[in-house]
Order: sequence, then structure tokens, then C-alpha cells
Amino acid sequence: MADIQISNLVKTYPGGSERATDDVSLSIRDGEFTVLLGPSGCGKTTLLRMIAGLELPDSGSISIGGRDVTYLPPNKRNLSMVFQSYAVFPHRKVRYNIGFGLRMAKVPADEIERKVQWAADLLQLGPYLDRLPANLSGGQRQRVAVARAIVMDADVLLMDEPLSNLDALLRLTFRSELKKIVQDLGTTTVYVTHDQSEALSLGDQVAVMRKGRIVQLGDPLDVYDAPADQFVGGFIGSPPMNFLDAAVSHDGGTLVLGEQQLMAPSILRSFAGKDVLLGVRAENVTVSNQRSSGDVAATVLVVEPMGSTVLLTVEVDGHNLKVQAPPTFKTAPRHTVWLGFAPNTMRVYDRETSMALEAK
Amino acid sequence: MVVEAPPTPAATVAPPRHRKIPPAVLLIGPSVVFMALLLGWPVVQGVLQAFKDDQGFTLEFVNRMVQDPYFWPAVRNTLLLIVVMIPLQFALAIAMALMLRSNPRLHKVHFFIWAIPLALSDLAAGLVWLAIFNDRGYLNSALSWFGLQGISWLAYDNQTSMFICVLIAELWRATSLVLIIVVAGLQGIPKDYDEAAQVFGATFWQRLRHVTLPLLKPSLQVALILRTILAFQTFAVAQALTGQNFPLVVGETYRWYTGLQNPNVAAALALVILVVSMVTSIFYLRALRDKNQGGLR
Repeated sequence: MADIQISNLVKTYPGGSERATDDVSLSIRDGEFTVLLGPSGCGKTTLLRMIAGLELPDSGSISIGGRDVTYLPPNKRNLSMVFQSYAVFPHRKVRYNIGFGLRMAKVPADEIERKVQWAADLLQLGPYLDRLPANLSGGQRQRVAVARAIVMDADVLLMDEPLSNLDALLRLTFRSELKKIVQDLGTTTVYVTHDQSEALSLGDQVAVMRKGRIVQLGDPLDVYDAPADQFVGGFIGSPPMNFLDAAVSHDGGTLVLGEQQLMAPSILRSFAGKDVLLGVRAENVTVSNQRSSGDVAATVLVVEPMGSTVLLTVEVDGHNLKVQAPPTFKTAPRHTVWLGFAPNTMRVYDRETSMALEAK
Repeated sequence: MVVEAPPTPAATVAPPRHRKIPPAVLLIGPSVVFMALLLGWPVVQGVLQAFKDDQGFTLEFVNRMVQDPYFWPAVRNTLLLIVVMIPLQFALAIAMALMLRSNPRLHKVHFFIWAIPLALSDLAAGLVWLAIFNDRGYLNSALSWFGLQGISWLAYDNQTSMFICVLIAELWRATSLVLIIVVAGLQGIPKDYDEAAQVFGATFWQRLRHVTLPLLKPSLQVALILRTILAFQTFAVAQALTGQNFPLVVGETYRWYTGLQNPNVAAALALVILVVSMVTSIFYLRALRDKNQGGLR
């Protein structure tokens, strides 16, 4: 077990002009579960592969447990990894696959046997130990890949989109199982995913990446509640955060949305008269058929019952918003509903830079 | 209104009476005829020629073949060549394929150059190497340039140097076939397996032994069967370099057929090659069958 310090990592692939990782620095404490989250092509897998030693950076450094490993080959880094394709050796039985790393390290046979048995029990692979991977389902192969990684007592556990090839239901059940296993092991873990719900549910900290840079690093709830910019808000959450053009009134006390007005959050006092971008999560907007003071009128466009909630697409001042109403809420397209915004849940962004505005 | 009973299937099929040829037979028929004419018939002819004279079946030709003073040296030389050459070729081809896989600069050019011998006729290759190994060839010229005494590499009484010359020429000519099969096989293996092995602490040799070679086994099997059968048929290179001085089995077949004008003994020699090739192929197929994977094939 060990901490990971990544500093100023730059990597450009041969033949490419854009940097795959652009001066990335990241610090991961011992035992912490860090998720690298971002859309495809954002550099998250490149970053993971550089930690693994499967790619070498152009500049910058990586140290694991205080040891500089930047240019060490993968087999000298004391890592284990779960691959997206699982990479379970097809010519060997499950038993051999799980014990592969231990065998390469020349661990005594009886200890390999004991550890393989332990991992197989933990992942419910006991009955399949003498099968070949070809005779396993995708979910079982995935478990073999995880078992192979956890028997290693490695300093760092790396996972590259390990759940992305499973079907939706299996993904959900295995996600919580994986979280428990990693929690019990307490190994420092770096987990790559493009699925924001995986990132929020698994991570101790989430690093949201875009175009080779980490745009926000923090506790999953902070990242969800207070996205650092418009990209993060739009990427995390389902439905994503709503964004509306608004203007701060001259006294800084209200936000002007076209013809209508809203109570402004107190941080906006220093931005009086400025045009801003208002960000608000669907669940932070109250929807009602009756007007109460401070509400904003909206026209319903689409009504989508989701079971636990009703998802409404509504229009305010030419902007489409997604809002949630209780499942019993009755409305129909073209009806008018009243939206209530709580000032403390509103996030405000600069319209040019799309960065979050903070009180000066 | 007349109500007719629907015709029973038997009633409709009955009138033609003679059986139809199943479509499967029609489909494979032409290729069976083709194979029988082009491959089966010559084989039968060859067997008959080896065992039959005007009076009927005889072992006379087989006896003459075995008693010929060149026969056993030819068998010995052919086997020796195979035993030494095949492992060398595979080691070279695998090493070259692994070098190409690591994507060095200009790897496509390297691959192209390494594949060139494949395009060359074996007699031409033999003549190229003759120009190198003969008494006034390039090799001896180079040696004398360094002030060294030239050697008669292809002298009739120097079996060892003749063997080495034929071996080098054949290695140069035929390794590219193995290389191409191995390169194709390597390209079919996802690189994740090798990366997983690296991450789990395997060294280069461990990865080669436990991951790359086992996954490459199907390609190696194909290459091994092809190369061994072709090695039994080594002829033109040895003929060009040594003529009769370093006899090989196919060379003997040629000598009996054209030189000694005895097609019967030549057919007996050809049968020896056929039987040995078949036995080796079956041996390889069985020996390299994956014990773990028995059920999957």
C-alpha cells in the first residue's frame, strides 16, 4: 500500500498534435479510491496507463510510495490491474489465471493455492476454478480479472473501465460488490470510467478530466453539488445540470430571466449588473401548479414518467430545463407550471469562461 | 360438387419412383471428381509404379532403392538438415517477429525486406548462394581481402562445410515463410494479454514462455507442418550448390528419374517422402494439441 504523487505529467502520442495529458498533477493518499472520470479521449486511460508503466510520459514524474517509478517497466512497480477487456489468459484455467501474478513472483505453491482459494471464495468463483475462460460468462470472466488483481498484495490497484462490458443489471450489482471488496482490502485504487454514476458511487475522490486536464478534483458530492465549470455540471448527473442565461440586477439582489425575476444567491452582490450563466440541478427545482411568491412561470414541453419521479422538460425564457416532480404530479404539454428555485442550490458561472463565480 | 381428399405426401412423391440425388452430393461432386483426377489418380499411379512391373507386384524397385549407395546418405542428410534447420528457423522467425511487433522505426520496410526470399525461386536462390560459396566466390574474395586463405566450401570431400552451406542458404530462403505466418499470428493476439502479464510482474522471458508462445501455438503448428513438409522436399538449393555430392532424398528421386531413367525406383523414393511427411504431420497435430483445450477444438 502506498500513496501516489503525480506531477506535471505531459504525454503526446507519436503523430498526434494534441497533448493526451496536459501537465496533470494529482495526489492520491494511501488507501484512497480515486476515480478518473471524463468523456472518451479526455486522457483518463492514458493517465492510468502511465501509472501502470504501459505508456511513458514525455515529461513530469510519478512516484508510488515515495519511490520514483516514472520510467520503470510495469513489472517493477508492484501493481495490479483490471483491464477493460479483462485480458484473462484464454489458454489457462481460472485457477492459473488468478494465481498468475503470484506464480511470476515465484511465491511457494501452497501459498498460491491458499490465496487463489481465498479470492475465489470472495468472488464466488469456487466452482469454476478448473474451467477455461472460454467456458465462462462475461460476468464470471470479469470476476476472474478482479480476483487475479486482488491476490497480489500490490501497492496500487488500477482499474480501466472494468464494468463497461457488463449488462446494466450486472453492472449495478457488481459495482457495490466491488466497492465492498476494495474497501475491505484498503488498497490505494485508481479507477477509470466514463460513467458518472460509477464515479459518484465508488470514489473517495473524483477527478473530472477534459482534453488532457483535470478540470475538477474533489469529493464526489462536492463535484456533483458545486461543479467547477459548465462542462463538469453538464457531464455529471442524470439528468445533467440545467444552464440558463441570466443577468444580475443593478443592486445585486435579483437575477433577471427575460421578463421574470429570481432571488439571487448572496455571492452575486459583487457581480451587480453582470450577465451570468445560472446552473441548477433538476431535483433542486420545485414544481407546482400554484404560484407562490418568487416563482417563475414555465411552459411544459415533455412529460416523462420515470416511476419514482416525473421528469419534465419545460421552457423558461427560450431555454429548455429538465426538472423533477413527484410521481403524483399532474400536468400535460403546453400547460403552465411554476418553478421555485432555492438560492443556496443555485450555481452561477461566468458566461465567457464558463467557470464558477465566487464571491470577491 | 366434388370433394377430393388431399393427396397424401406418399402419393405425390411416388410416381417418379427413382431417387433424387441429394443436393449435398451435387455440391461437393465436382470438387471430389477434380481432386480424384488431379491428386488421387497420380498417387495411385505412383504407388502402382513403385510396386508393379510387367509380371505383377514386386519389391524389386524398393530393394534397388535401399541398396543404392546414395540412399542412406540421402536419408541421413535430409533428416540432419531438418533437425538442425527447423529449430533455427523458428527461433529466428520468432525473434524477428517480436522485433517487428515492438514497432521499430521503418518496421514495414524491415518486414518487406525480410519477406523478399519468399518471392525468389529456390533454384535462383541456390545460384545466388553458389556465387557466394564457390571457390572464387564472394566469400573467399572477402576472406582474401582480409589476407586469409580461401576454403573450398563446396569440396566433395568436405561434408561438414557442404552441410553448413546448404543450411545457410536454406535458412535464408525459407525462414521468411515462417516469419510471415508468425507475424500474422502475433497480430491476431490482442496486446492486452502481454500488457496484463507485464503489470502482473512477468519478465520478458516469462511473458514469452507463459503468454506469447502458448497463444501463438495455432500459428506455430501451421508453420511447423508446412516447413517440415517443405524441408523434406529440399532440392534445388542443394542441387545448385553441391550437385550430387550432398545427396538429399528428393535429389535422389530426380537422379533416378532423369539420370538413371528408372521411373519405378523414383516413384518408390517419392513414396518414402509422402509417408514420412504424413507421419510427421500427424505427429505434430497430436503433439501440439492443447491438452487443456481438448474439448474446444
